[in-house]
Amino acid sequence: MIRPPNRRALLMGASATAAAAMLGGCDRLGEMGWFKRTLATGEDANKFVQRLLLTERTLTPEYAEADISPFFKPNGTEDPPDKAYKAMVRRKFAGFQLEVGGLVEKPFKISLADLRKLPVRTQITRHDCVEGWSCIGKWTGVPLSELLQRAVLKPSARYVVFHCADTMDQGEASNIDATGGAEAPVANPNPNMTKKVAGSESVKGAGDPPDGALAEDAGPPEPVRFYESIDLVDTYHPQTILAYEMNGKTLPVAHGAPLRLRLERNLGYKQAKYVMRIEVVESFTDIGEGKGGYWEDQGYAWYGGI
Amino acid sequence: MPRTYLTRSAPDVGEIEHRRWMFRHPLVIRITHWVNALCLLVLLMSGLQIFNAHPALYWGKVSTFDTPLMSMASSEDDPPKGVTTILGHAFDTTGFLGSSAGADGQPADRGFPSWLTLPSEQDLTGGRSWHFFFAWAFVLNGFTYLLYGLLSGQLRFRLIPSRDQIRHFGASIQEHLTLRFPQGDEAKRYNVIQKLTYVAVILVLLPVQVLAGLAMSPAMDAAAPFLLTMFGGRQSARTVHFVVANLLVLFVVVHVALVLLSGVWNNIRGMVTGWFVIERKVEPTPSPEPTGRSA
Ligand code: HEM
Repeated sequence: MIRPPNRRALLMGASATAAAAMLGGCDRLGEMGWFKRTLATGEDANKFVQRLLLTERTLTPEYAEADISPFFKPNGTEDPPDKAYKAMVRRKFAGFQLEVGGLVEKPFKISLADLRKLPVRTQITRHDCVEGWSCIGKWTGVPLSELLQRAVLKPSARYVVFHCADTMDQGEASNIDATGGAEAPVANPNPNMTKKVAGSESVKGAGDPPDGALAEDAGPPEPVRFYESIDLVDTYHPQTILAYEMNGKTLPVAHGAPLRLRLERNLGYKQAKYVMRIEVVESFTDIGEGKGGYWEDQGYAWYGGI
Repeated sequence: MPRTYLTRSAPDVGEIEHRRWMFRHPLVIRITHWVNALCLLVLLMSGLQIFNAHPALYWGKVSTFDTPLMSMASSEDDPPKGVTTILGHAFDTTGFLGSSAGADGQPADRGFPSWLTLPSEQDLTGGRSWHFFFAWAFVLNGFTYLLYGLLSGQLRFRLIPSRDQIRHFGASIQEHLTLRFPQGDEAKRYNVIQKLTYVAVILVLLPVQVLAGLAMSPAMDAAAPFLLTMFGGRQSARTVHFVVANLLVLFVVVHVALVLLSGVWNNIRGMVTGWFVIERKVEPTPSPEPTGRSA
């Protein structure tokens, strides 16, 4: 005699299948453009509401010396592969000059020694990584507002873009700048490797380039240099500094020597390391993939407040 | 059964019929209940995705990487083992925590397995998008429920134990432990343990979960530093967020089990259409074992 299938086993099997189908369905939904944009409204709301709650001067809590983490986890790029950068390290950034330009009345370059003569701010703050961990460190540097006041913004200025020394993605970097030197190689048609290359424009015309499709069409991904952007609210925040010291010592390579952005009130991925050049822009849509930063181009929210 | 027989939580007419229909759950409560269920499921699974980006928990302001309260990792063995360490004690959790099959069927280095995370593959940005969208949905839905519940008096009626219920607390516990569910008039309202559990979940766990979520935001910590004081630091807040998520899972498991045991279809119909059947309390023939309670 054949026993009728066990009701409980049947039910369990059915629920497991339904659950698997639902999870698969959610994965597929999550890849659709319209659904991604819908989900992203949650992160837009984060920005909207948090900006309402914060005034331009609301400070993030600062900590005591005793709170400083004995080990501060370096993340992202820890040792840029770029030859030009390595050469700078060898020379202890002797010839390095930070460039400030874009939509400003008085673009300028400034050496590390001269940066150190500008007003200083030291702050002990907590660094929160988007992955979930936190460390506390002491940062000393020049408030970003000091630099931009000297440069004098043009009325159309909206964002400040940080162009960095580290090449991301498949690090073909060492072949690119064969000769060392603090200056970006002039011969390269795409000196900061953050501007869109002419060929990649075609994809853009088709509306939202679906993530992934871009890489497939274009063959191996173009090496890109790290970049980030912030708006003027964060730019003029008193705790927004370009740090050249960490825990009382010269900023180490693992943490972004010679200069890194400290953007307290934001997650770590916004806080660009290895800053070489500051560009003031009206819009960042034609930089990189147009989302405002290297991580943003990988799908992270432009606003990193939570 | 023709609808004309349905009574709409009418004043008691005595125990004449065997089954009496009662309109138990108003529309707003039914809608917010199911929206909440969906939100909690998505928040849990996308939360576990986020957790997997750094599957370790700490106490205090910062991460002490060498001494986590709890961590999941995969070992160097071939094939790798999944190792979960809790307060210094290591457990082999291969196939579930620390190391489990990825999309290609090969063991992957991940905290929670792909069938528990949203999206299923390792995707922190995807997980965050889901989490924040549904966090907003959850919060707005929760406010709708609370506002409606306060204004309509439902919250008080449903959740706050009445004086007589408190008096019979001991007996209720006994009934609960023996899985005897109230009948008749007593079934019209939640029993005292049910009420207290719902109060704890709705007015304590869920708000704490939201606050712990916000305490992990560097921007919120600037706007409302009390969040850090409340939890004892950002990493504590993250641990609380994780523990409360687990308590919510525990609640849902017990909740669903009790729904199954106390009449699945009646309960589900109740929460879908609002209509709930009350079984007669006392059998016409005297039962040998009186159901009367002792205190
Ligand atoms: C408004 C409500 C909520 C907010 C603002 C919120 C926020 C967050 C944030 C910021 C994280 C990232 C933590 C990290 O950096 O690692 C997170 C993780 C997580 N969330 Fe939520 N969340 C909310 C509600 C919930 C609810 C209701 C649940 C459970 C059902 C939940 C479950 C989780 C889990 C399991 C994690 C990963 C574990 C952890 O890192 O603590 N969340 N949530």
